[in-house]
This record gives sequence, C-alpha cells and structure tokens, in this order.
Amino acid sequence: MPVVLARIDDRLVHGQVVIGWGRPLAVDLIVLVDAEVAASDWEQEIYRMAIPEGMDILFADSAAAADRLPAWDASQSRVLLLTGTIETMAELHAAVPEVIRRVNLGGLHHHPGRSERLPYVYLSDGELDTLRELERTGAVISAQNLPGTAPVGLQELG
Amino acid sequence: MTAVLRGVVAAHGEVAAGLVRAVEDISGIRGALVPVSNTDCDRGELERRIADAMANGPGIVFVDMPSGSCLFAALHDLRGWTGVRVVTGVNLAMLLDFVFHRELPVETAVARAVETGARSIVVR
Repeated sequence: MPVVLARIDDRLVHGQVVIGWGRPLAVDLIVLVDAEVAASDWEQEIYRMAIPEGMDILFADSAAAADRLPAWDASQSRVLLLTGTIETMAELHAAVPEVIRRVNLGGLHHHPGRSERLPYVYLSDGELDTLRELERTGAVISAQNLPGTAPVGLQELG
Repeated sequence: MTAVLRGVVAAHGEVAAGLVRAVEDISGIRGALVPVSNTDCDRGELERRIADAMANGPGIVFVDMPSGSCLFAALHDLRGWTGVRVVTGVNLAMLLDFVFHRELPVETAVARAVETGARSIVVR
C-alpha cells in the first residue's frame, strides 16, 4: 500500500492528523520525519500519547526516512508521512520522488517573513519558490487542512 | 507563605475563553485563570502562549484533550518549570474548585481539582 498522505504540518502530530485524516484514510502507521523529535526519547514519548489503538508511529530524520520510504511504500501498512517543514519534505522528494507523488500542505502558521495564503497556510516567497520547484520536479502540491475541505492548488497560493 | 497559584486553560478554538468566562460568571473571581487558544499558531507559538500565561508558575495548566497540540505544548514547557502541573480533561467543575483553592500547595490543589472534575462526570 503506498503512502496514503504526505503532509507538511508544523504542529506535527495532533487531532487533525490522527483523527481528521487518520480515520477516513484508515491510516495504521504515521511516520514523523523530524530531526529534533527523532533525537529525543522524551518528545517521542509525548507524541506516542496521541496515537490511538490500531495505529503506530515511527520517528526518523530525513536521511533515515529516505532510506526506508520505498519499503514503507511497498508494505501492507497505510502510511501517513508527516513533516514539520517544507525543507524536510523537499529532501524526501529529492531522495525518493517516486514515493512522494503528492504533497498536502496541512498547517504552516504565521512567522516573520511569511504572509497569509490561507488561514492555515502562511508562506514566505522563498518557501513558495521551494514548493514550485517541488511541483516542477513532479510532486502535485495542494493545501487542504481536512478531508472535508476543498483542496487548493499551489498556483492559487501566490 | 505559599504563593497564589496561577491557572492557565489551554484548549482548541474558543473552548478556553468560554470556560474561563463561565468560571468568572459563576464564582465572581476574575483574573485567576488565563485562557489560551491553539488557533492560528504553530507548536512554538503555542508553547510561548502557554509559557507567557503561566509566567513561571507555580500553578496548573488545564488542557482539554489527553493528547494533541495543547498538551504537547504544555508538556514541552513543563520541562523548564518547577511547581507547575498539567491536567488534561478540563471541565467547569475542576476549574471552579481550583479558583477557590489557589492558596494551597500545588500538589494539594491539583489533587482536589482532579477529584472534583472526575466526580462531576455522572450518568443518571
């Protein structure tokens, strides 16, 4: 079963991910790709608290995730791949573009230098350029915070 | 003398503001609880909102869900605090108990609040 959702969300694991997407997509494995969390047993313990019965979570940095993504993509698990930053997702796409075919912008919140594109998506011009490059190299990118909301294509974000 | 405890309510959307307003309306005690919403912010900003509201404590952070962004942010902040506890499953009964017992030691106040909150859940 392929990766059923590749999502960028700066809140990482939270209700929209586990419940909002996890249930309708019948996700049984969340792969959280974040170097800080991958290096911290304490942070991993916190995020495990959010995982319901019947779902598992793995933690990896981008290099380890890139190595294992083809295996996850070929496994029987329904995988939700989650990163907190555009840069991490871009690294994964560069390493295994055949797995990262579609990218969901789920939550990128306000920071200095970013401007609002949607209420849940703030991007700097540089980040927008990175996303355009991702799309140019084969990924289909859309913003959609929950399955019930309409996806918004990258070209509509700026 | 024990410092008066601070109370922070961190929850999704407008839940915290509504609970705090209700506590104030019922108890007449204002300013004992600070509401924090997770709306429109990332993890770092939510941690800052909770930390600013707690102001190093001592006190209790009441969060809505036993998992999720509010709990994670509060637990992240908790590493830098002493005399602060985090309680999940906030409800009106536990908050009302808390605002009347803010001069107790934090461990006593948190035990009371949790017991009161749990006792308020009944099926008839």
